[in-house]
Amino acid sequence: MMAKATAQAAGTAPAFYVTEEEHAHPGGSTMLGFWLYLMSDCLVFAVLFATYGVLGRNYAAGPSGADLFDLKLVAVNTAMLLFSSITYGFAMLAMDKGRQAAVQGWLVVTALFGLAFLGIELYEFAHLIHEGATPMRSAFLSSFFTLVGTHGLHVTFGLIWLAVLMTQVSKHGLIEANRRRLMCLSMFWHFLDVVWIGVFTFVYLMGVLK
Amino acid sequence: MSASQNQVEAHGGPNTGNHDGHDSHGAAHGSMRGYVTGFLLSVILTAIPFWLVMNDVLGNSTLTAIVIMLFAAVQIVVHMIYFLHMNGRSEGGWTMLALIFTIIIVAIALAGSLWVMYHLNTNMMPDPHRM
Repeated sequence: MMAKATAQAAGTAPAFYVTEEEHAHPGGSTMLGFWLYLMSDCLVFAVLFATYGVLGRNYAAGPSGADLFDLKLVAVNTAMLLFSSITYGFAMLAMDKGRQAAVQGWLVVTALFGLAFLGIELYEFAHLIHEGATPMRSAFLSSFFTLVGTHGLHVTFGLIWLAVLMTQVSKHGLIEANRRRLMCLSMFWHFLDVVWIGVFTFVYLMGVLK
Repeated sequence: MSASQNQVEAHGGPNTGNHDGHDSHGAAHGSMRGYVTGFLLSVILTAIPFWLVMNDVLGNSTLTAIVIMLFAAVQIVVHMIYFLHMNGRSEGGWTMLALIFTIIIVAIALAGSLWVMYHLNTNMMPDPHRM
């Protein structure tokens, strides 16, 4: 603060100094911190799964999962997310080799699979609402839309993040900061696929079972 | 600090305990073989539950539910290992510790909610004879 005040008093640009030597490696603990964020996100989903587990059979004389769910559509959706997971993995492998064009290419493929997933999910939601199976219809549908919708929102923000990172990479290349960001998004993206395993098993497959 | 970093950069030392992310993660990205193995396992572990449910193979919904939950549990482990590269050594074991802690909390939240609410539903069901 003193240095800054003096510099400004002298009429030159303010200068900032790193005062703590420990932080000389920026982002050294980012991966652990991001993992802890994912674990807390995991708890958010656990609560939503528990809510669905409690309310998932309270149909209020409305439609049940067996009436509503189209497993073929869910299977296609699952495939989209799984493909996007491995294409993101290929992007990370290309990043390790420093091949920027390949990274961007695989990220585009990942984004397309992610968009396909989101499109199918929105189509499903629109179809359900059109049939009168709105979140207001029953406790089952409220908890269903909350759980699956929260996952879909995560995918949406993942896609926005992906677009931002592709811009960053095209602008600055595969610099250390961008590698770190891509690694964080990689964890986020694979984490969403892990959550989806719970969704398609617990919500869709078990919802169709009597 | 710098001594242990040198060790990690040389991939020579057992000390992966420092939290300098970049170099110690270089080897932890996985390989083509790892990603393809994880992907193939995931496809198999996804296809079987869908097949079991869509064709009603087992003919017993409770048994089917248990089987598909086991498949889901195995697939989550596969994703953790091959896609998220979980192991007991990354970040000096702290990621694994955080994961174990989270699994315990998740188990308590899920099992506790289902248990309590099931009993609540059973015990609070309106009794027509007493109304």
